Amino acid sequence: MPLNRDYIGRKYPIAEPYEVAREIIRRFAAAIGDPNPLYTDRAAAQAAGYDDVVAPPTFLVTLNLRYAGDGPVADPELGLDYSRVVHGEQRFTHHRPVRAGDVLSIVNTVDDIRDAGANELLVTRTVITDAAGEPVADTVSTLVSRGTASGSAA
Amino acid sequence: MSASINYDDVEVGDELPGRTFPVTRASLVAYAGASGDFNVIHWNERVAKSVGLPNVIAHGMFTMAEAGRVVTDWVGDPGAVLDYSVRFSSPVVVPDDDTGATLSVTGVVAEKLDANRVAVDLTATVEGSTVLSKARAVVQLA
Repeated sequence: MPLNRDYIGRKYPIAEPYEVAREIIRRFAAAIGDPNPLYTDRAAAQAAGYDDVVAPPTFLVTLNLRYAGDGPVADPELGLDYSRVVHGEQRFTHHRPVRAGDVLSIVNTVDDIRDAGANELLVTRTVITDAAGEPVADTVSTLVSRGTASGSAA
Repeated sequence: MSASINYDDVEVGDELPGRTFPVTRASLVAYAGASGDFNVIHWNERVAKSVGLPNVIAHGMFTMAEAGRVVTDWVGDPGAVLDYSVRFSSPVVVPDDDTGATLSVTGVVAEKLDANRVAVDLTATVEGSTVLSKARAVVQLA
């Protein structure tokens, strides 16, 4: 069944801020096997000009997943069947590095829903700001909903 | 920010040091825990095959993270990566053995931008097949 196009432009603000802990950055860096000291060593991060350890460029995926249940992907009215979903594209735009100690706020928006052959593309954008309201990063995810375009067999 | 590469020392066409990354079942379990992505197709062969996949596949975001290491290793400071985007063109299939899959990543300076920024294009393959396309990072150099 096609996705509900009325949902293009809908915003999903997240009420509870995301607190970035040093240990979750350490765990993420370990999982990607990256020994860069700026992820784990506060003194090294400070020598590079940061208040505290910084996060890898794709770390904000943890934030998107943390709040997936509150966003468009989990909204039954949007009509996404997660078993049909594959990740199509991902983009991170960093206005500044994410650091341990950051308290981040998130607004998730349905940017677009469109057909691509028999599939539909769901494009969502996450705008991430810090405790002072300053921009930290924008993430754009394109999910492919396989076989749900109108007129297709599914 | 403290990029270790000077903009003036870089030319379009310069190659970044490429490298290979092992992708094993253990990598995927660790990544699932660290990222919070527990999708069953990334760790359960029975379920992966039941939805038409050849085997367990890697998280696309894991592949993206590994490819990004070619950029952060080059520039030194991960905070110098201003923008990073990829298209997931085909899945990385991870067999249940001790070697897993081998991801090969290369990078080349594609464009010199203003304000000491450069665009780096990445190529990510497994056994010669492209797994990421349109993979590009915009990096702040010194």
